[in-house]
Formats: sequence, C-alpha cells, structure tokens
Amino acid sequence: MAVTSPPTDADLACVQLVKRFGDFTAVDDVSFTIAEGSFFSILGPSGCGKTTLLRMIAGFQRPDGGDIRIKGKSIVALPPNRRPVNMVFQHLALFPMMTVEQNIAYGLKRRKMSKAEIARKVAAVLERVGLPELAGKRIDQLSGGQKQRIAIARCLVLEPALLLLDEPLGALDLKLRERLKVELKELQAQVGTTFAYITHDQSEALVMSDQVAVMDRGRFVQVGTPQQLYFEPRTAFVAGFVGDSNRWSGRVEDTNGTEAIVITTNGLTMIATRAGEPALSKGDAVDIFVRPEAIVLGRDADGAGGCENRLPGRVESLLFDGANSRVMVRHPATGGDIMVALPQTGELMGLRRGEDVYLGWRARQATCFAAAP
Amino acid sequence: MSTPPQIRLGLLLLFAPIVFWLALLVILPHVDMLLISLRVRVAPREYATSLANYAEFFTEPLYWNTFARTAIMSVTATVMTLLIAFPVSYYIAKMVRGRSKTFLFLLCLTPFWVSELVRTFGWMILLRETGIVSSLLLWSGLTDARVELLYNDAAIMVGLVYTSMLFMVVPLVTTLDSLDDSLVEAGYDLGGNSFTVMRHIVIPHAMPGIASGSIVVFMLTLGNYLTPKLLGGKDSLWFTDQIYTQFITRFNWELGSAFGFLLLVLSSAIVWIGLKLSGQTLSATVR
Repeated sequence: MAVTSPPTDADLACVQLVKRFGDFTAVDDVSFTIAEGSFFSILGPSGCGKTTLLRMIAGFQRPDGGDIRIKGKSIVALPPNRRPVNMVFQHLALFPMMTVEQNIAYGLKRRKMSKAEIARKVAAVLERVGLPELAGKRIDQLSGGQKQRIAIARCLVLEPALLLLDEPLGALDLKLRERLKVELKELQAQVGTTFAYITHDQSEALVMSDQVAVMDRGRFVQVGTPQQLYFEPRTAFVAGFVGDSNRWSGRVEDTNGTEAIVITTNGLTMIATRAGEPALSKGDAVDIFVRPEAIVLGRDADGAGGCENRLPGRVESLLFDGANSRVMVRHPATGGDIMVALPQTGELMGLRRGEDVYLGWRARQATCFAAAP
Repeated sequence: MSTPPQIRLGLLLLFAPIVFWLALLVILPHVDMLLISLRVRVAPREYATSLANYAEFFTEPLYWNTFARTAIMSVTATVMTLLIAFPVSYYIAKMVRGRSKTFLFLLCLTPFWVSELVRTFGWMILLRETGIVSSLLLWSGLTDARVELLYNDAAIMVGLVYTSMLFMVVPLVTTLDSLDDSLVEAGYDLGGNSFTVMRHIVIPHAMPGIASGSIVVFMLTLGNYLTPKLLGGKDSLWFTDQIYTQFITRFNWELGSAFGFLLLVLSSAIVWIGLKLSGQTLSATVR
C-alpha cells in the first residue's frame, strides 16, 4: 500500500506498523486510517496478529517499526496510561474488588477530578448505557450483558478519542451475542466515539462495522465496507473467510480476460468471472467461490434458465435453520457436495432427501482467483 | 434422603486419620493441660482447683512483659517478612514466565532442605564475634576491634524473618498468580500509574494471601523456640522459653500449662484483631 500522509480528520492513523517476536513477524507493514466517529473492525483468524495490533495501539506492546498517530499526533512514545485511547478487554477485566460505581470512577479519580464531578459523570454514563440502577452492585452480581455494558461505560466516561474492543463478545452465548451486536452498534452511533473492534467472527464484523479490514498472517488483505468484502472480495482468502462459499479448485481452459472456462479437479466445467489481480491465462491454477445463496435450485431443468453453469444433482441432506436453511446437493457424476441456500418462499417446501434437483448459477456470481502458490 | 451405608463407611474411614490426629494429639493434651493449669499444689501430692496460675501471669510483670515483647517482636517480624516477600512474590508470579518461574520458586524452597538448627548455626557463624562479618569489618578497617553481632534483638529479627520467608512467599505467589494480567493492564489503560495500580488492584486482590501468610508467619514466630534462643542468647526473653523453663527447669507444670493456654488464647486474639483491622475473614484466607 502506498503511504500518503493520512487525512487530518482521521482519528487514528497507523503507518507501516511492524511487530516481530523473534523470527515471527506478527504485524507486517500495516497501514490504515480510521475516520472519526466510525466503527472499524479488524477481522481475521486467530493468530493473524490482530490482537498484537490492538495492543500496540493501546500501548502494551512497542512496535518495531512504523508510527501510530491520533488526530495527527504520534503516540508511540507515550505509556498506556497517557494515551487518549481506552480498551475493552476480551474478558472485560472489570475490577472484582470494586463496585460498578467504583469501577467507572477509577479512571476519573486518576485524573484528580472533584468528588461531585465524578459522581455526576458516573451517573450520566450509567444512564447512557441504560443501567442506572446498578451503581452499587458488585461485579459478580451482574449478568454477562450488563458486565459488557459496564466495561464499555468505564471507558466511555473518560471520553477517549478511540475505543478499542478486543473480542468482547467472544465469551458470551450465541443468543446474547446476537442481541449485543445490535446494541453495541446502536451505542456507537449514539455516542459517536470511534470504535476499533477486533474479532474472528465474520458476522460480528459485517453487522456492526462501517469499515472492515480483513487480516491474515500479519497483513491487511482487504479493507472495505462489509458489502464490498462480501460481494467483491479481492483475494481467495477474503472470499473464503467472509461468508460461506462453495469452493472448487481447477485449471483455466480458456479465457477472454474477465471470464474463464475452468475445469475443476473433480471434472466439472464452469464459467467463472475473474476477481482480483493478476489477469488469468490458459493453464493457470485457480480457486472458484460460489455463495450458497447465488445458486438457483429447481425441481426441473427450466428453473435454472439463464444461468451459464447448470448441474443436475440429488438432495443429500437438508439442514433446516429457519431463514438460514441449507441443502446439500450431491453431483452424481463426481460425488462432490454443493451447499445451496434453501429459499423459504414455499415451492421447495416438500423437498426431501434423495430427490433429483437442478442447480444453476451465473458466471458473474462464480468468482475465481489465481490459486495461492 | 438417606446415605447408602457403604458411602457412610467410606466417609468414616477417610475421616478417621484426621479425627484420631485431632483427638489424640491436639484435643486430649489440651484438655489435660487445661485441667493441670487450673490446679495449685497445696501440700505434697495434694491439689486444689484455682485460677492462681493465671493470676500469676498478670501480677508478675516479668511474665506479661515477656509476652508483650514476644508479641511485638513477632508482629514486627511478620510485617518485615511481608515487606520483603511481596516484591519477591510479585516478581515470581507476574514478571517471569515458564521455566525460570519454577526455578525461582524452587530457589525459595531450597533452604528448607536443611534443618532449622543448621540454618540458625549458619547465622551464628556469620554473626558471632569471631565470625565472617566481624572478620570482614576488621580486615577492611571499618572497625578497629571485633564486634559481637549476635545476642541482640536485631539478630533475632534477622533469623525470624529468614525462617519465615517461605511461609509468606508461597501464599503470596499463589494469590498473585491468580490475578488476571488484563486487570493490571486495564488499571494502566484507564490512567493509573504503578502506585495506583498496586494500591487499588494488586494489593486488594492479594489480600487473602497477605492475610493467610501473615497468620502463618505470626503464629510460627510467636511459637518459635530455637531461633530466639540461639540468636538472642540468655536475654532473648521469648515467651516459649518461659514455658520451657516452667516445665523443664522449675518443674512447675501447673504454671507452664497456664502459660501455654494463655499463649494460645492471646495469639488467637491478636490474629482476630488483625483480621478485623484488615477487613478480612478467616474463611476468605483459606480459599
């Protein structure tokens, strides 16, 4: 990525950040900016360096190279307690020896604020996160969701330029996580503080963020809006990591530059659209990704009319999950399974195992990337 | 719901050793000691029940002065042990990782391979008039005559703190180990400095360990006989020495038993006061 001087309205700018642990490069030349008031997520599998990146911004780790700027000022030399940045830890790190009120007041007390001022601010922030009645409670008396909000309140009361969140939803159960995703997004919009959120859960990143950076092996692979990442992935890694996909490996048989005829390793012939760089030529090894919801499913061959890629298949299993229901279809000739989204519109209601179906998808919705060497 | 008989038998067998141990070695001797302490000899082989032995402790200044001195020295030794052991434990629990952590912890343990008597003799070799420290001072010209460093309160204190170290380090390392690193990081992240993080996060978390370590060290020091006797000499004036004298030298088992009981009651009272002052409970310290 070319480094230009970051725009001045950016809250956070990281410039060519590098962090090494011995021979291992955890963060490898990462540059990005976060616009003021936005919700920025860093999405990546565990071990990709996202936590190290966050800890460098918070000040718990020193970068081996590069610069971190907040509102244009470098903060690399500052210790964590003097940075205008606060962090919500993975396990929240609420102080168990203090009450909710004392937890929130902790940071204000360190700023030598008057007692009356502290009391006013604590009450205001508790009001803002919607838990004013919890002030005197001990931490172990709170539910998971309440702890979450108190941990955020404890940081917000200090009015940081940037709030860092280190997978704070990771330890919660699914139902609560779904609810808090929405709450967190609303809270961010309401307070207007810039959030930098790291997660390995793509759904969290997609639902909440204005911008998402996909990180892999210490590098940013792609930065964009959730829609861009989902619909226009630029590398095979992003296509495979963000959202579910059917994936085939194959070799280019013929290409006109944008579209390619590919023969997959299990013998299927498909027409796919090139995404990302570099351009493909005949004989290149490629990976093809097709989203389950991009595949048209029909009981007869006519249903898939207008699709460049058409296949017969047999229903192998039905995975019912309400709006997220999937059908696994086996291609009889090759034995490969294809995951297809099951439309809940009614005509496929009685679909059962062993039924013959027809599949089809557009060349436009089959993206192919040069396979990683 | 009734318990099946085989489980009840298992429970009984499991508890038998501790029950016998408590009954035979703790409860029985104490009951006997209590009975002995409550009688006075009126004529040869003739005894009467009386509180005279307890009264003697409070009326004879030497006795309760000795006790007060022992208690104050023990409290001082406990505080000094805590002050020295805390940074050591913090270093072992939080600053080092992996093998070096185990190594440092074992290093604290190694002196206890050697008997207490030998270790105390070690101190005597260092501190006596013809000892190593004295010779070194003379040789370097810092003093122009040999100095006797033994047989004073400072020597007793050094020996007591040294002997107690491990009993403070072990509970402190255990509690500090259980402190989540992210709590310390959060303390800094929210604007705290090293002092405030220590004061508001680390010490409150370590409080049960501090309390249990202090109780053990205080009780061991108060009941110590060997170290004060060897390093303090004749003038050590340790309360256990008084008990020894009553039992062995004076053959006054009645007074000795009363002293033994007073030691138990008064030291328990001091521990109770300590717990109340620090806002801890006994049940929290053993968790």
